[in-house]
Amino acid sequence: MAPRTPRAHSGSGRDEALPPSETLWRESLRLFKRDRLAVLGAWVLALLLVTALLGKTLTEWVIVFDPSVVRLPEKFLPPLSPASNVDIHPDDRPFGGIYVLGTDELGRDVFARMLQGAFVSLSIGFIAVGISLVIGIVLGGLSGFYGNVKFGVITVDTLIMRLTDVMLCFPTFFLILTVVALLPPSIYNIMVVIGLTGWMGTARFVRAEFLALRKLDFVVAATSIGAPDRRVIFSHMVPNAMAPVLVSATIGVATAILTESGLSFLGFGVQPPYATWGNILADGKGFIFDAPWLFFIPGFAILIVVLAFNVVGEGLREALNPKLRTR
Amino acid sequence: MRAFILRNVLQRLLLLFIVSILAHSVIHLAPGEPSAVDPSNPRMKPEDIAKIRAAFHLDDPLYVQYVYWMRDLMSGELKSFKDSQPVLEKIWRRFLNSLPLFLCATLLVWTLAFPIGIQAAIRRGAVYDRTTTVVAYTLISVPGFFLAYLVILWVVNTFGVPVIGLKTFGMEHADALFRTMDRIWHLVIPSLIFASGGVAVLSRYIRSQMLEVIGHDYVRTARAKGATEDTVIYRHALRNALLPFVTMFGLLLPGLIGGSVIIEQIFAWPGLGRLGYEAILARDFPVILTLNFIAAVLTLAGTFLSDILYAVVDPRIRTGLQGDA
Repeated sequence: MAPRTPRAHSGSGRDEALPPSETLWRESLRLFKRDRLAVLGAWVLALLLVTALLGKTLTEWVIVFDPSVVRLPEKFLPPLSPASNVDIHPDDRPFGGIYVLGTDELGRDVFARMLQGAFVSLSIGFIAVGISLVIGIVLGGLSGFYGNVKFGVITVDTLIMRLTDVMLCFPTFFLILTVVALLPPSIYNIMVVIGLTGWMGTARFVRAEFLALRKLDFVVAATSIGAPDRRVIFSHMVPNAMAPVLVSATIGVATAILTESGLSFLGFGVQPPYATWGNILADGKGFIFDAPWLFFIPGFAILIVVLAFNVVGEGLREALNPKLRTR
Repeated sequence: MRAFILRNVLQRLLLLFIVSILAHSVIHLAPGEPSAVDPSNPRMKPEDIAKIRAAFHLDDPLYVQYVYWMRDLMSGELKSFKDSQPVLEKIWRRFLNSLPLFLCATLLVWTLAFPIGIQAAIRRGAVYDRTTTVVAYTLISVPGFFLAYLVILWVVNTFGVPVIGLKTFGMEHADALFRTMDRIWHLVIPSLIFASGGVAVLSRYIRSQMLEVIGHDYVRTARAKGATEDTVIYRHALRNALLPFVTMFGLLLPGLIGGSVIIEQIFAWPGLGRLGYEAILARDFPVILTLNFIAAVLTLAGTFLSDILYAVVDPRIRTGLQGDA
């Protein structure tokens, strides 16, 4: 990855003979756009982000959709059924007087619960991945940059890589399940545990990138003009090591959402009053014949969102792959 | 080569030791005591709890408990907290149930993923490639139990056959042929579900490996000398694309425990994953720890196996080792 040169022209692609005529990110964006599936996935994710933020706003701060209202006379209503005027208190009527996605076994509005769950599910994914990214980048960076420093009898590199090997020995899902089951039920425990068991890949990527980058000219140049390590690492090496990290982070969010739904299925997921798509789905499995929408709506929602994350991740992998550059 | 193997084994034994200490401390430091599983039981008097705690060494310091655990595990005397059955025997019985499921799924993964991935690479960009891409991504992205429920509903509604459990209840006195067929039929659906994710991931991986290899000079040379397309693909390209997959054989082993908790739970399959889940629910520390220990042994054995296989298959690594030793 060459240091970025300023763009000569705003119109890209005119100077095919001079390869670095566009910035790294602009070029990656162009490559990304070639993959129509990935672009579609990116739009889905943008929509999801808006939905999650709107959901947080409308279910917690300005309560338009209240996911916690229990209306026992109105339970198991199929999607798009109108709310009754006589059976329930006027304050309990859903927004617009209609249950867009039906109601569940307690007469709660599934649409409101899905809105609330969008934010919770997404924040589980993002925070878990955030934790594993921080650990992975710090350990991988230490190992790649200060790997030769002796620490007693063993080098820092050996120490960190053996720790990574130790963590890889645990069967991940079983470990997560064990810890989540033993700890008191809390949404933060789930995020932290998923994060703490998922950093090994990132650490290995970052280490490999750092080892390769250390020998490159621009890093050697920065070191030779006397830039402090902190500056060499954070402004020269980290940005250039981000490509594989970004890809694994995108796919990591997808995995975290799936893990949460798996935990919910086994009864160790996020506990009420929080709704997540995983626990709506896990609760809905008991009513698969009586109220199929309780099962299919969250199921397909998770499928689509995780699919979007995976497709975007793969699209990024292709777009950031240096082998495909300047074609 | 011998020095390489010896060093590898010693390193892995050290890792295993650290893993076992870590697992032991995580489990014992977490709140949730085995003696507190049933606090509302009126027949549990404080002195009973004290008796239980003493019997399981729960009041000793952690390192003493660790030594007890290791001693009992090695001598095969380790007893479950829940029912005082020998742990190793329990695990062995469940292992025998898990094994056919695991073997069947593994076989499906490796026999399906290769043709699918190779075809997708050859027909890059065609309808076949795009269809398998979408299907593979969908299988990777679907929550496992959601897919399992859909398939169960479909199979039961369409074919009207039971799919849950190891065998149909009440078939014990049937003919051996029918019993075998019943067992096989019960095996099909769980192993298909178990394998679906693996097929998707592996076929994508094979596709990208093939695409990488197909662009190389020696493939062009093979084409140029007039070899038929099949020879080019299967003799020249595939052989070189296979190299990374040698390592994956070894990495499959630990899936025996970790990968099957949800599937075995859905299909009421009395295997290792379910044993682990039940042990977690009952705070049955010896079983949890031993399962974890076995998983670690399998992982380490798997990576060891793949290192050796790599050295056997790839001449570059082999010569490097000979120079080393």
